[in-house]
Amino acid sequence: MKRIVNYAPGKGATIILGALPLILIAAVYLASSQARLAINPNDKLMPSPASFIAAMGRMAGQTDPLSGETLFWLDTWLSLARLFTSLGISLVLGLVGGVLVGFIPYLRSSFGPALAVLSLIPPLAILPILFIVFGLGEFSKIVLIVFGIAPFIMRDIAIRVSELPREQIIKAQTLGASTWQMIVHVVLPQVLPRLIDALRLSLGAAWLFLIAAEAIASQGGLGYRIFLVRRYLAMDVILPYVAWITLLAFIMDYALRRLSIAAFPWNNVREN
Amino acid sequence: MTHILIDDVWKEYGDITILERINIELPDHEFLVIVGPSGAGKTTLLRMLLSQEIPTRGRILIDGEPIAAEPMKDRGVVFQRYSVFPHKTVLGNVMLGPEWQGSAFLGRLFGAKRRALKARAMALLERVGLAESANKYPHQLSGGMQQRLAIAQALIMQPKVLLLDEPFGALDPGTRKAMHVLVRELWEENAMTIVMVTHDLSEAFLLGTRVIAVDKYRNDPQAQHRFGATITKDFDVRPRIVRDSWRQETGRKPAVEAEAGTGETPAMPSGASLSLGLA
Ligand SMILES: Nc1ncnc2c1ncn2[C@@H]1O[C@H](COP(=O)(O)OP(=O)(O)O)[C@@H](O)[C@H]1O
Ligand SMILES: [Mg+2]
Repeated sequence: MKRIVNYAPGKGATIILGALPLILIAAVYLASSQARLAINPNDKLMPSPASFIAAMGRMAGQTDPLSGETLFWLDTWLSLARLFTSLGISLVLGLVGGVLVGFIPYLRSSFGPALAVLSLIPPLAILPILFIVFGLGEFSKIVLIVFGIAPFIMRDIAIRVSELPREQIIKAQTLGASTWQMIVHVVLPQVLPRLIDALRLSLGAAWLFLIAAEAIASQGGLGYRIFLVRRYLAMDVILPYVAWITLLAFIMDYALRRLSIAAFPWNNVREN
Repeated sequence: MTHILIDDVWKEYGDITILERINIELPDHEFLVIVGPSGAGKTTLLRMLLSQEIPTRGRILIDGEPIAAEPMKDRGVVFQRYSVFPHKTVLGNVMLGPEWQGSAFLGRLFGAKRRALKARAMALLERVGLAESANKYPHQLSGGMQQRLAIAQALIMQPKVLLLDEPFGALDPGTRKAMHVLVRELWEENAMTIVMVTHDLSEAFLLGTRVIAVDKYRNDPQAQHRFGATITKDFDVRPRIVRDSWRQETGRKPAVEAEAGTGETPAMPSGASLSLGLA
């Protein structure tokens, strides 16, 4: 008998083992759903797969009176537009702010503590303030998400910058580099992989803030729809929407991981 | 011609004296090796030469001028680790300094200038035996190759003085020997001063023209940090006059050797400059 930690599954087994819990959850759901529907055919809590398809068909059939768009796609589009806008802003803020705060001692002294405090404020707690100050429109939602994730990214990048070996920075100076050249050619390229990681880690939070903001005040979006149909206990709409959001989040995470591997070969080559 | 003067330099951190009364005068083309026990302040001395640390007393002059208060391209450096940029290829690492020099904003040269620089960098990589690996990333190189890269990267800037802090400390003995030969030859070929820190005495006397030992000369058991370390021994390993005559002699040697057909490097490497196209 070897120790348990020395047993590792093969390639095929890894896939099967990974899928098993998901399949199990689906099976349990289907079984319970069937059992409940057998007792009460009008049960709303655990709809059958057939009613999911029917509900999504209804959503796809319904169009928004203003834009003429299908509701499902309109919700998706609205949510993704909000998400991507705020992620983009957060990335730029996080990268520029993080590099400057992490690299320039005077800026670190001036803004480091403020940044630490700022990133501790629970973003949802200031949502009412945002609504009061900026109104109920798109701007508040984007500010909420940016406020929720930009300080985290900024701090993460700043820490990564300050972890760069001192030797590298000295070496760059002996090669005649100016501060600007060090930022562009030494610091930035080396924190970009970390930026992607930080973004991946903040995706979950970004979705959370997005759905929270949409739930409270919005005219559309995935989060808005879920909270709207909640009033009618429309599990047949909510569950497919949740699955769809999960799929979108998964695709984004996967794409970022591939991008990181493809874009930074120097970060992935291991010693041969 | 590079003349370095370290004039009564002290380094203190608060109450703690690390180094005191350091006086060294280095004529042109010296190979100074600093030895001493761990924690004596060898790295601190080298850092002051680099302006990574500023002496608390005294001054350091190069060619009669006080050195700049920050690291500059007149003083190249190779550390034991982290001397190369992991995100640049081998060739990219070597081209970096001149590219920064030539293009303040973009840090990148184009066209004929770039081609000329590339040729220069490749010649240098050829010299240190890395031409084959020009397009690899540092991760893919062995420790010895990374140090050779770091040296080439520093040399392309033609520094007046090259500072080496235990550059071979992390290498295995075989690689170390090859590096000794290379560094010695590069020192002969390029008219520069080298200051190297090591704790390997045989390495010190093999490479250096002058070896100094840095250590505490007196110790107060009640106050360990009261007294700093200073230069306790100073050996002229190869006095200047011997070195010069060697150089003249080996200057005539290559012709003789070519006739005899022996490609052997003389024990005291040739002073006849194998021009690297560095000019
Ligand atoms: N920034 C610093 N503040 C306080 N003490 C330092 C600092 N840097 C180095 N020292 C001390 O100076 C002494 C010499 O260090 P160093 O020059 O690295 O020795 P070595 O001869 O091993 O290279 C050590 O005792 C170290 O603890
Ligand atoms: Mg040291």
